[in-house]
Amino acid sequence: MELLVDFLIGFLKALIVLFLVILPGASGAVYFERRIAAWIQMRIGPNRVGPYGLLQPIADVIKLIFKEDIIPAAADKRFHFLAPLISITITVAVFAVIPFGHYVVINGEPVYLGVAPNVHVGILYVLAMTSMGVYGLTLAGWASNNKYSLLGGLRSSAQMISYELAMGLSIVALLMVTGTPNLMEIVEQQAGWRWNVLYQPLGFLIFLVASFAETNRTPFDLPEAEPELVGGYHTEYTGMKFGMFFLAEYGNVIAASAMMTALFFGGWQVPFLPELLGLQEGSVALALLQVASFTIKVAIFVFFFIWVRWTVPRFRYDQLMRLGWKVLFPLSLANVLITGLVMLIN
Amino acid sequence: MTFWEKLYLPEIARGLGITFKMLIGPKMTIQYPEEKYHPGGYYRGRPVLVLDEDGERCVACGLCSRVCPPLAIEVRAGETDREKERYPVKFEINMLRCIFCGLCEEVCPEEAIVMSKDLEMVFENRESAILGKEKLLVPVAQLQDRLEYLRMHQYYEPPARAQDA
Ligand code: SF4
Ligand code: SF4
Repeated sequence: MELLVDFLIGFLKALIVLFLVILPGASGAVYFERRIAAWIQMRIGPNRVGPYGLLQPIADVIKLIFKEDIIPAAADKRFHFLAPLISITITVAVFAVIPFGHYVVINGEPVYLGVAPNVHVGILYVLAMTSMGVYGLTLAGWASNNKYSLLGGLRSSAQMISYELAMGLSIVALLMVTGTPNLMEIVEQQAGWRWNVLYQPLGFLIFLVASFAETNRTPFDLPEAEPELVGGYHTEYTGMKFGMFFLAEYGNVIAASAMMTALFFGGWQVPFLPELLGLQEGSVALALLQVASFTIKVAIFVFFFIWVRWTVPRFRYDQLMRLGWKVLFPLSLANVLITGLVMLIN
Repeated sequence: MTFWEKLYLPEIARGLGITFKMLIGPKMTIQYPEEKYHPGGYYRGRPVLVLDEDGERCVACGLCSRVCPPLAIEVRAGETDREKERYPVKFEINMLRCIFCGLCEEVCPEEAIVMSKDLEMVFENRESAILGKEKLLVPVAQLQDRLEYLRMHQYYEPPARAQDA
């Protein structure tokens, strides 16, 4: 019985996260991507569908659904079908461990805000999932049986593997500071401005650059570099299958922003306001405040992702590899070393 | 490169600053149907025939028709009792063909055909896209911008006119 209730609560939370966080979040990110791109280019951007063009993502999705679904004759049909599913599933799966707030007490039981934010291996789970994400892109490139797609897929796998190292090592240094891979605990430790970014500035920088590479965003969007690879790994995808890759990209951006917020910027912590208002731990009001704090921080990071995309030009492939292996990798190693030394001295 | 430049990050920060300025700065877009674009004399819109106080200027020499690259103009000449004894009985421009090159305007010896500012050309069928004289003739007062522009930028002497003196 207890197991069933737990399962149902988890299922309900997953549904809420899927329909109230990921889908609106991703479509909102698409909308703001287009709006901000336009503003930076001195244009106005989509403003016709609905008030301020807010319904534009919905119109886009409707358009995508009604498009013809083309599978190239020479493609491997099973994997061609599977690839976007893998991409989107893994993106969604990452959200399972993200803590959106602390907890609310319902019937005397604390219900944590997040699908499963208390998993012991939180960070490892996220790393595992993001490195699985590369399968979607590589499979898409392989199964399409198109040279541009294949090149895009190959690039994405090479890029992700190179940057995963730096990202993993920056997290190692962070784990040395926090002493736990549990995301909820990491956020709890950062109460009252003790944000990890203050202890790990270099680690944060490495993590930031690596997450740009992991999410395939400019300046590291080589897997879909339009001028040289047509559409990269999704050249041969149409309609909603393309839409899934698109959704996965923005889902990944949000997930990466959420990870940075949780790991380095105090997650859902609200500084000094709860004491000021006398809010109790576990009350709904405080939970809402925490979710708002988390959302604002994530939104700032998503804005940063978009802002960088329309500022920095794409790297060349060899530059990308050089940055990954010759700069970020040694830097993150040095960061681990310095962190260890400082901890030893203290 | 110095170490600071090699670091690359300061330059990225500078770039981000520039794009942020653009982000909040003024926008170029014209919200078309609500807001209209009013170009200056430089604009090459729909070619029209100039209508003076004493009638049309065109003498039906056919040069415009001859020069028009997509053969959009059809002129048929007739006779009058006026000093310039030729006039176009029929003058048609097929707007489905016109490419707005402005060669007709450039070649006309009478400054009789000029490019107007009209940029909204909507036709419901092919026949209505062939504009006859009644649609082409536009009073000279409405074309002053373009005529002034042409006089400033053309290399040949425009024909002397009574109202210029
Ligand atoms: S603008 Fe060019 S294409 Fe159009 S009528 Fe004149 S000469 Fe022909
Ligand atoms: S518009 Fe000018 S070029 Fe054309 S027929 Fe008339 S006078 Fe000749």
